[in-house]
Amino acid sequence: MNASGCWKCGQEPHDSLFCKFCNTLQPPAQDYFRFFGLERSLGIDLAALQERYYRLSRLVHPDHFQNGTPNERRFSLDATAILNDAYRILRDPVARAEYFLKEEGLEAADRKSKRVPPELLEEVFEVNMALEELRGGDVSVRRALEAALGRFRAWCGEIDGELRVFFAEYDRRRERDVLMKIRNLLDRRGFISNLVGEVEQGLETH
Amino acid sequence: MSDLLQIDFSSIQEPRIVGIDLGTTNSLVAFMDLTGPRIIPGADGERLVPSVVSHTAAGEIVVGNPARDLLITQPDRTVYSVKRLMGRGVADVQEELRLFPFRVTSQSESVIHLELGGKVFTPPEISASILRQLKQNAEAYLGEAAPRAVITVPAYFNDAQRQATRDAGRIAGLEVVRLVNEPTAAALAYGLDKRKQGVVAVYDLGGGTFDISILRIHDDIFEVLATNGDTHLGGDDIDNRLLRVALEDIQSEWGEDISANAEAVQLLRRAVIQAKEELSFAPVAHLELKFHGKTYQREIGRDLLEKLIVDIVDRTLGPCRNCIRDAGVKVEEIDEVVLVGGSTRIPMVRRAVEALFRAKPHTELNPEEVVALGAAVQAGILSGKVENQLLLDVTPLSLGIEMMGGAVTKLIHRNSTIPASATEIYTTAVDGQKNVLIHVVQGERELARDCRSLARFDLKDIEPMPAGMARIEVRFLIDANGILNVTARDMRTGREQSMEVKPSYGLTDEQVEAMIRESMEMAEADFKERQARDARVEADRILAAVERAKQSDTYAALSGEEQQQIEVALNRLLLAYHSDDHLVIRAEIEAVDRATMKLAEKIMDSAVGAVLKGTKI
Repeated sequence: MNASGCWKCGQEPHDSLFCKFCNTLQPPAQDYFRFFGLERSLGIDLAALQERYYRLSRLVHPDHFQNGTPNERRFSLDATAILNDAYRILRDPVARAEYFLKEEGLEAADRKSKRVPPELLEEVFEVNMALEELRGGDVSVRRALEAALGRFRAWCGEIDGELRVFFAEYDRRRERDVLMKIRNLLDRRGFISNLVGEVEQGLETH
Repeated sequence: MSDLLQIDFSSIQEPRIVGIDLGTTNSLVAFMDLTGPRIIPGADGERLVPSVVSHTAAGEIVVGNPARDLLITQPDRTVYSVKRLMGRGVADVQEELRLFPFRVTSQSESVIHLELGGKVFTPPEISASILRQLKQNAEAYLGEAAPRAVITVPAYFNDAQRQATRDAGRIAGLEVVRLVNEPTAAALAYGLDKRKQGVVAVYDLGGGTFDISILRIHDDIFEVLATNGDTHLGGDDIDNRLLRVALEDIQSEWGEDISANAEAVQLLRRAVIQAKEELSFAPVAHLELKFHGKTYQREIGRDLLEKLIVDIVDRTLGPCRNCIRDAGVKVEEIDEVVLVGGSTRIPMVRRAVEALFRAKPHTELNPEEVVALGAAVQAGILSGKVENQLLLDVTPLSLGIEMMGGAVTKLIHRNSTIPASATEIYTTAVDGQKNVLIHVVQGERELARDCRSLARFDLKDIEPMPAGMARIEVRFLIDANGILNVTARDMRTGREQSMEVKPSYGLTDEQVEAMIRESMEMAEADFKERQARDARVEADRILAAVERAKQSDTYAALSGEEQQQIEVALNRLLLAYHSDDHLVIRAEIEAVDRATMKLAEKIMDSAVGAVLKGTKI
């Protein structure tokens, strides 16, 4: 991970957290898959990921470098931050796919995609109307909103199922058109989950 | 000792790390010995140091039990519950300031300034006095320096409150090795090493703050799944409810409103706290106030207390439910519940916890000591004395930046394991723009104005170029203390980007440095004062001895010249007596010693002679 070799003993570069020669902590890899020593793939064995997370935590956590040199303390902090960030992203299939696609140059157009997918137009219109009425004090729309919430959650579940299929397909074929399909699914899912958040908030506060 | 020698020495043996619970009501210090964590008592043998600080008329700072007594007689010079003011501005604490007897000066917008007996103190300085006392207690008990500490904070403390705590440590001359969340520390103290796997909830209701944390334990790794709380909810609120009832009672009985009389209020406050504590063990408690020849007394039943505090107990349940949801566990999956904080002794609180978590809570360890014990365990982990155990904690609040129009973009979500980081790329909006301002906030709300402002970072001296050309990478990193660190890099040059930080609440680095200097000077002045006092005690002793000797026959037998010399030496000592330089006093003590040497020998001889002769002189 360090082109110019180990910062401490100067031995040749190598792809690991610790120098193979002097066992000193190295500046961490920024790539989440590489940090975990995983092959770049969309599907991940979650139990193995968790085991690896705990094992790496024990190795790099700042608690163990309290009496280390300033360099080691800095690398330990950096490495643990990346480890935690990576674990948070990789264990969540949606976040993991977003990360993967971004690395492939297929980032979501907007953080919060506001463009309504055409097939959802009607539904979105009705939900927004109902939310308006709820804010205005009309509680009779609650049941309709709760029903919509149930539908949206079911859609998310369906999309998650489709995503799993495409993840496996991409890992097998490694073709970009699969990534495009995943991109579309993720955008749709992002839109629906924003909607879920809005309805939940509306139901909670009114 | 030369500097070189010290450096060599320290690299072999790192100084000890103690664990400190800096509480709203009481503070404790603990250390790790071979058998486990242990509380260090003060010189008076007490394990709890009340978090009360008084600035006496003599200019001294008094901490703990003596200060608690001064709360009654000198309420305007004495501070309690200062933890509630840490990292806050005056607008945050309007409600409770009305109940505090001490004065807040103007200019308290971003840091509260308290006036005690003509001197102004900030909350970190007050807390530093408590920490200094704990440090002294530890040093006296252990017989060695205690320069490094782990200090606990409520899990729900925000960045400013954490920084204020760390500043307090620095002002007290401590290296704050780590800030640890109180409920997590409690989980460590419970060891729960009996348990290799499982999910544990820690319910921590202290004097001023409430925390709930849910942890997963996995082969000695304590992984916090979620935390929630309220940094403005605790036993103090219960005391205030009881106090209000008693004040109204007294007004109707005596026809007199004593709420403006600080001394009476503090006496009454002490009485209601005692009654509250009794009610945890008895169904009825007796409340009594004697003031200016009048006596107020009544019985308080547990049912009345429960009626008064039911909404306070209820307020803890919302955060508990949110925490369970955020942790992604079902109530049935929670294997154990641990109670922390003095307020969890209240039966109603225990009932509420039991009902919500459907489990009988653990109470084996003293709820007032368990946090300090856990801090000592974490200190042991950091110094390498405790192996295998590892704590993975989370940040309690989301970190975000204000966007155009006042909306917040979240960069690090709440309950992310720390250390955690996020990177943002910034550019310029107009040609030749030289500065970019980043407003960082903490909280869950959509708009920046509804969140807690942390700081404004001003990226400065950007090379003028067309709009959108500059590329500055800003890294936001929350460290293991839960404190934000921000670094910026110009991606075109790879160089570090210069940046100015303006914290929204709390002290600047320069202010803290100045306070450290002042406190060191104060400590030096205190030390000199003590040395002078010791010298005066010795002077008293020798003056009394010489006065006695002057009554003896031996003195009468001295020559006039010898008597004259003694008189001169005595007068000189009396003149030097009130000097604040102990060396001046000691020089005159020695002069008296020399002048009376012959007299002393003769008296000794005659005494020996008298003994030999068997007669009394």
